[in-house]
Amino acid sequence: MKEKIVVKSLSKIFGRNPQKAIEALREGKSKAQILKEHRQVVGVDNVSFTVYEKEIFVLMGLSGSGKSTLERLLNRLHEPTSGQIIIDGTDITKLGQKELREFRRSHFCGMVFQNFAILPHRTVLENVEFGLELQGVEKEKRRKEARKVIKQVGLEGNEESYPSELSGGMQQRVGLARGLAVDASILLMDEAFSALDPLIRRQMQDELLELQDKMKKTIVFVTHDLDEAFRLGDRIAIMKDGRIEQTGTAEEIISNPASDYVRAFVEDMNRAAVLTAGNIMEAPKERAFFGDGPRTIFRKIRRNNLTGIFVTDTKRELKGYIRVSELVEHINRHKDKESIPMEKGLFHEPGRVHKDMPLNEVINAYNENQYGPLAVVDDKDRLEGVIVRGAIISALAGEDDSGKEAPARLKEESKK
Amino acid sequence: MFPFRIPIKDWISAAVDYLVSELGPLFDGFSAFIFFLVNSFKDGMLFLHPLILIALIAFTTWRMAGWQIGLFSVLGLLITENIGLWVSFVETLSLVLTAEILVMIVGLPLGIYAARNDRFNSLIRPLLDFMQTMPAFVYLIPAVMFFGLGLVPGVVATFVFALPPLIRLTNLGIRQVPGELTEAADAFGATNMQKLFKVQIPVAKPTIMAGVNQSIMLGLSMVVIAAMIGAGGLGTNVLRGIQRLQVGEGFEAGLVVVIMAIILDRITAGLGKQKKAG
Ligand SMILES: Nc1ncnc2c1ncn2[C@@H]1O[C@H](COP(=O)(O)OP(=O)(O)OP(=O)(O)O)[C@@H](O)[C@H]1O
Ligand SMILES: [Mg+2]
Repeated sequence: MKEKIVVKSLSKIFGRNPQKAIEALREGKSKAQILKEHRQVVGVDNVSFTVYEKEIFVLMGLSGSGKSTLERLLNRLHEPTSGQIIIDGTDITKLGQKELREFRRSHFCGMVFQNFAILPHRTVLENVEFGLELQGVEKEKRRKEARKVIKQVGLEGNEESYPSELSGGMQQRVGLARGLAVDASILLMDEAFSALDPLIRRQMQDELLELQDKMKKTIVFVTHDLDEAFRLGDRIAIMKDGRIEQTGTAEEIISNPASDYVRAFVEDMNRAAVLTAGNIMEAPKERAFFGDGPRTIFRKIRRNNLTGIFVTDTKRELKGYIRVSELVEHINRHKDKESIPMEKGLFHEPGRVHKDMPLNEVINAYNENQYGPLAVVDDKDRLEGVIVRGAIISALAGEDDSGKEAPARLKEESKK
Repeated sequence: MFPFRIPIKDWISAAVDYLVSELGPLFDGFSAFIFFLVNSFKDGMLFLHPLILIALIAFTTWRMAGWQIGLFSVLGLLITENIGLWVSFVETLSLVLTAEILVMIVGLPLGIYAARNDRFNSLIRPLLDFMQTMPAFVYLIPAVMFFGLGLVPGVVATFVFALPPLIRLTNLGIRQVPGELTEAADAFGATNMQKLFKVQIPVAKPTIMAGVNQSIMLGLSMVVIAAMIGAGGLGTNVLRGIQRLQVGEGFEAGLVVVIMAIILDRITAGLGKQKKAG
């Protein structure tokens, strides 16, 4: 993994006398003390971290913890008080105004804001081409580019609308498209989905992940919502009072909180929203093929001591579920025959969930399911694993035995 | 009470004499420029047949503010022509437009600068307060001192009186542009000029246009006062009505001023709202 953004001992003090405050920080005084004694606000306090190329890095923390300040330091919308920000090998704290402007144009896809910050007097199309326009790209070319991105974010047909005619979710798509239209590698998003209602918000998160699959930007995403952080972030930095308490993947942070603060934070969080079906499933012990006769299937069930079996075709595509009790009845009915035919009525529609489905939804699916265990499938409906009742209970209880049952997730991780 | 008198009037006279003698050519040039502007407007408008000009104005108000006000323009302006005040109307309109152009040339940059520079803003704010609380008549004094009697001091007095609201509202409008919008522009690497012309001014446009509207209305309110120093136009008709106790004539001229005020008000108000409706 290539280092994209390297931040070293970065601090930001708001106030007239930042050096005093920096000294006080070194003496170990707290943010509150410095505010009281020196009348300086500590925005960001000596943070260091690395963002790797093409990952979604989430800055997460409570209100006032310094997330927005830190994000704005990355493109120097705020001037750092001390420290270094090295992007693609360039220390941007050393750039002059003109070089900084050039650097922003070539490296940043602008910024996406909580309140969208799109221009009310411009149409969707004109808003999306804004970044390109600033770079002096000629009209024909930037229009073409803008139309392409508008399509990608699902705003086709709204090119000539004004922002006031769009819903919140659509306005934020414009904000996102405006960033993506620019040919640069880093996208900064500050509480980009926080103003949307939960359903739309969820949808936008999914769409962002989908887009990211294709566009492969380096994204630094600010949020105060742990659910969102865990859903989106390849890695997450948890902030408190201007400092970073812990950096790591969702799993690392949950299973190994670095401080009491992080632990308290994570405990509030519903585990059910972090783990997915893929995390808690087990590999199917046995499966029946579509062409198998009743006796063969029965033997497979018996051998593994199952109550039923999933049937797939040769491409592992899930075709149905057969219960042992019905199968036995069927065999008994045709006991005297040489070869017993299979019967349509034996195949039941199994409860199936996608391997990326969050645990809380898996629980619902489990409860609605009438026939035995849940089948876990991938995008092509191929059987990946099964979920039995015990797996859900132990996952909810927080017993961390998910290691052995997390083949899908681990495979994906190692691919990166 | 005092054995002496502070010679304020002597100081002022001396200062004005000094300025006029030193900067004479500058004042002359400025006068010529204003004359040129006012006369261009006036000649241009009088060159057209009144019906054509009425049609043009009515078309503009119709597009900007709807058919009711378009119809109003037609009727109001036909009445003006009918009662023989057409030339006065054109003269006053020329004067007000010229003053407003000067207001915009001076007021927009000052307002923009005040929005970007807190120190400058705190410097001119008391000055603007002062200008707005001064009785309008007072502006006649420096105008007359520097430019004598006639059209030019009339324009200058109108200009000074109408200037503050545009500076104020331009400043306010730009300061009210949401921080995220300018941050977004900055994040894309916008230059200061790009930020100003592509974000701040367009977003502040409704407020700025409200400033233009207010200053035109103030300018119109100076019409009669400016006529006292010989600026001509409808104000002269009103004054004559007062001086000769001809209530009817004074009222007619006043009515035409009101008609002009309504037309200009709706046009500029329309400019502020335009486009957003999309
Ligand atoms: N321009 C500024 N001037 C002075 N203090 C500031 C400024 N911007 C931020 N701060 C202070 O810096 C600290 C961090 O603020 P910041 O906006 O980064 O927090 P945040 O984590 O983004 O919070 P939120 O979730 O509310 O957006 C706060 O104490 C805030 O008051
Ligand atoms: Mg914030």
